[in-house]
Amino acid sequence: MTELWTLFLTAAFVDNMPLILFLGLCTFLALSKRPDAALGLGVAMTAVLGVTVPLNQLIYAYVLAPGAWSWAGMPELDLSYLALIAFIGVIAAAVQVLEMVLDRFFPAIHAAFGVFLPLLTVQCAILAGSLFMVERSYSLVESTVFGLGSGVGFAVAVVMLGAIRSRLAYANLPAGLRGLGIGFVLTGLMSLGFAAFSQMAAAS
Amino acid sequence: MAKGPDVWRVLTEPLIRQNPVTLQILGICSALAVTTTMATALTMAVSLTVVLTLAAGIISTIRRHIPDSIRLIVQIVIVASLVIVIDQVLQAYFAEISRALSVYVGLITTNCLVLGRTEAYARHHRPLPSMLDAFGNGLGYSLVLMIVGGLRELFGKGELFGFAVLPLADAGGWFTPLSLMLLAPSAFFILGLLVWAIRSWLPEQAEAPEHVPPGRMEAAE
Repeated sequence: MTELWTLFLTAAFVDNMPLILFLGLCTFLALSKRPDAALGLGVAMTAVLGVTVPLNQLIYAYVLAPGAWSWAGMPELDLSYLALIAFIGVIAAAVQVLEMVLDRFFPAIHAAFGVFLPLLTVQCAILAGSLFMVERSYSLVESTVFGLGSGVGFAVAVVMLGAIRSRLAYANLPAGLRGLGIGFVLTGLMSLGFAAFSQMAAAS
Repeated sequence: MAKGPDVWRVLTEPLIRQNPVTLQILGICSALAVTTTMATALTMAVSLTVVLTLAAGIISTIRRHIPDSIRLIVQIVIVASLVIVIDQVLQAYFAEISRALSVYVGLITTNCLVLGRTEAYARHHRPLPSMLDAFGNGLGYSLVLMIVGGLRELFGKGELFGFAVLPLADAGGWFTPLSLMLLAPSAFFILGLLVWAIRSWLPEQAEAPEHVPPGRMEAAE
């Protein structure tokens, strides 16, 4: 149990997706102008990562991994090079299904997610979650925890950046630095802060 | 057929004036993650340019046969197939760099730059101009990658492409490497300052203030 909790904290803070691993930065910067939009994005990220990473783990372990077809008399069959296409397909389908289910049964949550849900299909952080799962060979439980942890880490970071950027209205910035420029510098400062977590992890 | 100056313009416009990374905010993720050394940055830049150009060519060739409603899936599958080819080539011939790039080669699939260009340009243009536009955007992306990668490797390790440029203090020289340059925050700072520099040079790219605080709005009136 403690191992899973450590994995969750590592995924959320030490290997924070946007700040330490540079994943999902396009949406991270584009949708962090206001904290409320940022919160919607963060929740959507957590939901999609929490669903797609375990789903892809099942597909990888039982269809694509080397030796997965040995029960059918084909122990040499190695389909792992198809992982990329399979993962993208699964993510696109999962996002679509998630959207339809939410729309049908929880319209309030669906309205809160707004336009973010379909956008997440082509988000590199989502695909990276599944690719990291393969690289580090997580089990089903571990990949669920990893997916949720990464999503929570993304949500924390994007809400913080949104809050800081909305305060920037009171700062008198040089014209060239407004928007994207200061967004990068702020992200860098936050990344410095999050780098402290990896020191804590190394020390403990 | 496009005339000479047009071809030149399509090719050079994305280098600085319409740079995909600094102006269009496309493909930032990989631009930062792989730039600790020039060698990985160059590999990534070449891979992305190849994928982008081929994808634009293929999609533009079959653009009349793709139904509008499923075009995103078709585009993603084409891009993903190209990325798998590139990934296998890297693993076969550049195993060490391929390990250093880890998952980021696979992430070219979801690089917004590739889908952004095929969606915005290749879908409406003939194959040759589309490939030129894609190639130009690839070059613009590569330029940013090389600048960031060069700065980080030079000041982080005192090397360029693995060759010592600044003599290190450990080896009897004068330069003490800044290990911060190899960590994540420096990449954000360098790119932020690069954006600032480009926008000071070309002021028409500067963005309007995001919101105006209440006090200052009254002052403006």
